[in-house]
Amino acid sequence: MHKPRMHLLASFDIARLQYLDEQARPTQELPDFATPDTLQALYRQMALARLVDDRAVKLQRTGQLGTYPSSLGQEAIGVGVGGALEKDDVYCPYYRETGALLERGVEIEEILAIWGGDERGQDFQHAPHDLPLCIPIATQLLHAAGVAFALKYKREQFDEPPRVAVTCAGDGATSRGDFFEAMNLAAVWRLPVVFVVNNNQWAISVPRAAQTASKTIAQKAIAAGMPGLQVDGNDVIAVRAAVADAVARARNGEGPALIEATCYRLCDHTTADDAGRYQPKEEVRAAWQCEPLARLGNYLRGAGLWSDEQEEELQRELAEVLELALQGFAERPADMNTAMFDHLYARLPEALLEQYDQLAGQ
Amino acid sequence: MAEITLVEAVTQALAHELQADPTVLVYGQDIGVNGGVFRATDGLQQRFGAKRVLDTPLAENMIGGIAVGMAAMGLRPVAEFQFMGFIYPGLDHILSHAARFRNRTRGRLSCPIVYRAPYGGGIHAPEHHSESTEAMFAHIPGLRVVVPSSPARAYGLLLAAIRDPDPVVFLEPKRIYRAVRQEVPDSGEALPLDRCFILREGTDVTLIAWGASLKETLQAADKLAEEGIEAEVIDPATLKPLDIHAIIDSLEKTHRCVVVHEAARFCGLGAEVVAQINDYAFDLLEAPVQRVTGYDTVMPYYRLENSYLPGVGQIVSAVQETLDYPAGDRR
Ligand SMILES: Cc1ncc(C[n+]2csc(CCOP(=O)(O)OP(=O)(O)O)c2C)c(N)n1
Ligand SMILES: [Mg+2]
Repeated sequence: MHKPRMHLLASFDIARLQYLDEQARPTQELPDFATPDTLQALYRQMALARLVDDRAVKLQRTGQLGTYPSSLGQEAIGVGVGGALEKDDVYCPYYRETGALLERGVEIEEILAIWGGDERGQDFQHAPHDLPLCIPIATQLLHAAGVAFALKYKREQFDEPPRVAVTCAGDGATSRGDFFEAMNLAAVWRLPVVFVVNNNQWAISVPRAAQTASKTIAQKAIAAGMPGLQVDGNDVIAVRAAVADAVARARNGEGPALIEATCYRLCDHTTADDAGRYQPKEEVRAAWQCEPLARLGNYLRGAGLWSDEQEEELQRELAEVLELALQGFAERPADMNTAMFDHLYARLPEALLEQYDQLAGQ
Repeated sequence: MAEITLVEAVTQALAHELQADPTVLVYGQDIGVNGGVFRATDGLQQRFGAKRVLDTPLAENMIGGIAVGMAAMGLRPVAEFQFMGFIYPGLDHILSHAARFRNRTRGRLSCPIVYRAPYGGGIHAPEHHSESTEAMFAHIPGLRVVVPSSPARAYGLLLAAIRDPDPVVFLEPKRIYRAVRQEVPDSGEALPLDRCFILREGTDVTLIAWGASLKETLQAADKLAEEGIEAEVIDPATLKPLDIHAIIDSLEKTHRCVVVHEAARFCGLGAEVVAQINDYAFDLLEAPVQRVTGYDTVMPYYRLENSYLPGVGQIVSAVQETLDYPAGDRR
């Protein structure tokens, strides 16, 4: 049979970035930001995220917190992403975000309040521009595109300094239209936004392979017309470097990017889930060998930048930080029941006054 | 002063706010060079530039979603959906986010967004171009739902919607986009979003309608007047929150009421009006409130749409029935 001749119209490569391999050995010269101080700070933040998650799960088990999504095994993504932003940039989180929120200055007490059923936790005192945690999967990606539009608009119309929107979603989220629509628009409008995917291999019980037949998630950026990169999401240095680079490009007017960070969800989906029903034990055991906190810790120890004494001191310090937050959380006065009306509209419509009074009188 | 149509009043209001407030921007499908499929944004891109009047890719979920991020950062986006029948992919963001952001963040971030969409039947359009699902939006806490019924009200209400600090779903009755012309001064004066408009005063019966249905409702009122029946016609205009007190005030005079809408009857807004009259004004009634509505069917293709849409005759009969109540032969 005659095979028609065609010419190559487009081709692409997807690169993967890693600085520390699974044995915590450097695979190449570390980036400039990777000073001992910065690496120790990244280690501290990952350790704090792990501690907060661990305690939050225990609080849920003892009835002091509602459903909670831990980020165990995914700390390098949150901390790597959060640390790559400037204070005035805007972070648009999803819900599995302990590390990133801590980096953004969100209080542990606020995180606990949110999962403890209190909207006031979303009123981030130290991250006033960041969007609230977002539960409907992938929707925050479009909000981030809108935020990026606003930041670009304000720069062009009002001469404000350049700012960037950064957002994160899970691997499952990449199956939703929001993911494609957000990337598509961001590329067409050249928006200053960075999309990060926490590819933890699972969307509740559905594995990555059942989510997409694509070899990588990063390559989905190519169809949208933007760069896509995969990073080792257990290597906080790689995450931080990739995101910082994409943020710098976006700030410089060079448009959006997608970063897929691969890791493994070493916990139940949430406290309402039992991953033992679907995660293969062998796979989990292997994934523990790659986890991000030990990765950086082992590197630091190997490089003479971390000792048992420092670890002990750190754990003491973090325990104090946590206890203080827990105390604040426990002593938090309950919200007024009428709060559900107070922020529904800027001004309560007359039509709702009767219901308001009815509730207030209860 | 030139007289303008309802759709031109929409353009005039958009232009006024684009001029007055640099945080206002307008976007949607084909709204730039083309001025929108109904020409509601005609000339705006030319006047205000492609950075403030933008054509988007074809994705309604995206149109609904990006407004949330824009508004949370202090802009005032006005998003156009080409037809109400295509707004549904955007519902997720309108209902789950725009309507909730202020509450979710305890007032830290808010969504001063206007989602515009032409709605309703009667223009011989293909399937999906003629629905009236205003009640779906009116059900959602945190939203405002506004429907203008004249050029002047389109102008004044749209100004108010754009300036409102919360999300507004602004539904434009496309059947009457060009039905009448009116002088509408470009005064920048907004109309209130929490007040009914009394379009005609009367003492015998209260007729409540909004959008394009007001055309038939006012015609019915004329016809009834010929028989000596004086109908009071009320246009709530803002369907949520609903100014029930103006309706009750009217019932103090008339003691009879008919609600007209072209949307399907079941869970239509007429049901809410009837329920609230029950709550607050049952003792005023001399007869049960009547509803004249679309049928609980799929909106038919246009050959049958006039059979579906409430007509003048049905409104007049409903009024007759409330006046005849209790009918001797039924008791
Ligand atoms: C639109 C939507 N559908 C379903 C859910 C229920 N749900 C919550 S998390 C989740 C899985 C998400 O997986 P992924 O995107 O990979 O993120 P991960 O939880 O693994 O971090 C599902 C189905 C939801 N929150 N939103
Ligand atoms: Mg996942």
